[in-house]
Amino acid sequence: MDLIDDPETAGNTPEFTVSELSGAVKRTIEGEFGQVRVKAEVGRVVRARSGHLYFDLKDDRNVLACTTWKGQVAQLSVTPEEGMEVVVQGRMTTFGSQSKYQLNATEVSVAGVGALMAMLEKRKKALDAEGLFAAERKQPLPFLPDIIGVVTSPTGAVIRDILHRLRDRFPRKVLVWPVAVQGQACAPQVARAIEGFNAMSPGGALPRPDVIIVARGGGSIEDLWGFNEEVVARAAAGSDIPLISAVGHETDTTLIDYVSDRRAPTPTAAAEMAVPVRMELVAAVDQMGARASRAVTESVAGRKQRVKDLWRAAPNPQQLADDAKQRYDYWAEKLDAALIRRVTDGRLQLGHAAGLLRPSVLNTRTAQGRDRLTGLKTRLAPALTRTTAQARRDLDQRANRLRPEAVTAAKSRAERDFTATLARLVTAAHTRTERARTRLEAMDRMRETLGYRATLERGYAVVRGDGAVVTNAKDAKSASSIEIEFADGVLKPSPVAPKAKPKPKTSPPDQGNLF
Amino acid sequence: MSVDVSEMSFEEALRELEQVVGQLERGEVPLDQSIALYERGAALKKRCEAKLKEAEEKVAKLTLDGDGNPVGTAPLDG
Repeated sequence: MDLIDDPETAGNTPEFTVSELSGAVKRTIEGEFGQVRVKAEVGRVVRARSGHLYFDLKDDRNVLACTTWKGQVAQLSVTPEEGMEVVVQGRMTTFGSQSKYQLNATEVSVAGVGALMAMLEKRKKALDAEGLFAAERKQPLPFLPDIIGVVTSPTGAVIRDILHRLRDRFPRKVLVWPVAVQGQACAPQVARAIEGFNAMSPGGALPRPDVIIVARGGGSIEDLWGFNEEVVARAAAGSDIPLISAVGHETDTTLIDYVSDRRAPTPTAAAEMAVPVRMELVAAVDQMGARASRAVTESVAGRKQRVKDLWRAAPNPQQLADDAKQRYDYWAEKLDAALIRRVTDGRLQLGHAAGLLRPSVLNTRTAQGRDRLTGLKTRLAPALTRTTAQARRDLDQRANRLRPEAVTAAKSRAERDFTATLARLVTAAHTRTERARTRLEAMDRMRETLGYRATLERGYAVVRGDGAVVTNAKDAKSASSIEIEFADGVLKPSPVAPKAKPKPKTSPPDQGNLF
Repeated sequence: MSVDVSEMSFEEALRELEQVVGQLERGEVPLDQSIALYERGAALKKRCEAKLKEAEEKVAKLTLDGDGNPVGTAPLDG
């Protein structure tokens, strides 16, 4: 018996295809669990590149696969994170191609305030660890901003409170970026607004604010939740424009308050932080102007007084002259006495010198001169004799050295040189003549070679007619006599006239005689 | 004395004005310099007053396109 052929195994149970069965299961599950709410802990979370969100819900024994399609993700109150306690609402369905059942989650909310706070604490810790709360990141607010950007709802009490307080203190230009302050849209819109204000250029069509206020009135923790979202906190931390946060009441602290540059307890307080009080400044500036004027006036007056005081202590001009006059008198008196003494001294010196001037002094000097003259005269004659004798000796010595031999020798040397030079001249002249002759002969040979006579040797002949050279037959015909020159002589051929006779017979001019 | 007063923010002008007044009051500058300093102070005061006079309230709401990009402003109907 073949097992396959056993009819009893088929029985009357109907046969399904896989797809039929899968479809039947799908219908059953979707019919039975149309809309369900599940409270559980979030397990693994995967956001696919397609934009769909896949996550698991779990308890201590089982796991439920959840899917939120791309278009549904934006509607979730919170994005599920691993470990979060949530309540998920959705439709049960199946995924037949993998034999799976799953929940299509359309709403995820945090299960209870305690869970929300736990999640906030976790985020806070993460951002703090990144250093986003650090005091050194805080920027100072401008003293007097020209433009104030406000991120809030364009309607409601909050914006009115801010504008009211600004008007009281210092009216300014205010640019409101309208956002939803609660619900799903809140966090992305607030983040977008902070980034948008930062992206504006100073002085542009939409001028960039000098300070930003992010404000919202009080509400429940769920209402304020948008300001606890990481995207808002990161946008606020990344703002280059100083940012004041004023979210909820004084007791509500949201994540944005940790990253903002200043936290205001209320929107009104934010306006107070943003601008100084104008009237106080007007008064302060006026006061400063008055102080400056007073200081300058006092400074000039003080200096004037000092000049006066100093001048008072100065001596009077009469006193200065008195002193000089006294000194003049003292020296003027001494002048006469000094002159008289000088004359007396001079006279005394003259007397002394005149005493020394006597004739005996002159006589002594004359006698001395005469003695010297006599001495020199006696030495003159012998000196002259000595000099003459010496000159004669020198002359004799030179005359002895003067002999004819030197002249003779020079003469014969010159004669020898002349003879030799003459001989060389003759030889040279001879050689040159020889060389010139050799060249002349060579050139004559060349001339012969190049001349027409040489070609005659090679069989050419020169024809002359009436003595001139004939180079063509026409000239030869018209010549009365012809000479042919060969290498060895000239041939004069006899005239060839008879040969030309037949020509006139056939020539056309004969017919001309008919006329 | 180098920064152009007309380029200054209110705060800068006010801060320098305070310094100028302080210097003048202490009388520690020579007379001819104090005249120049006083003139500087007057210019700073004028700048401060001009900035304080710019107290104009102007409130506008940004209008956003479908993608949330600002496209213009509109009066705030608060």
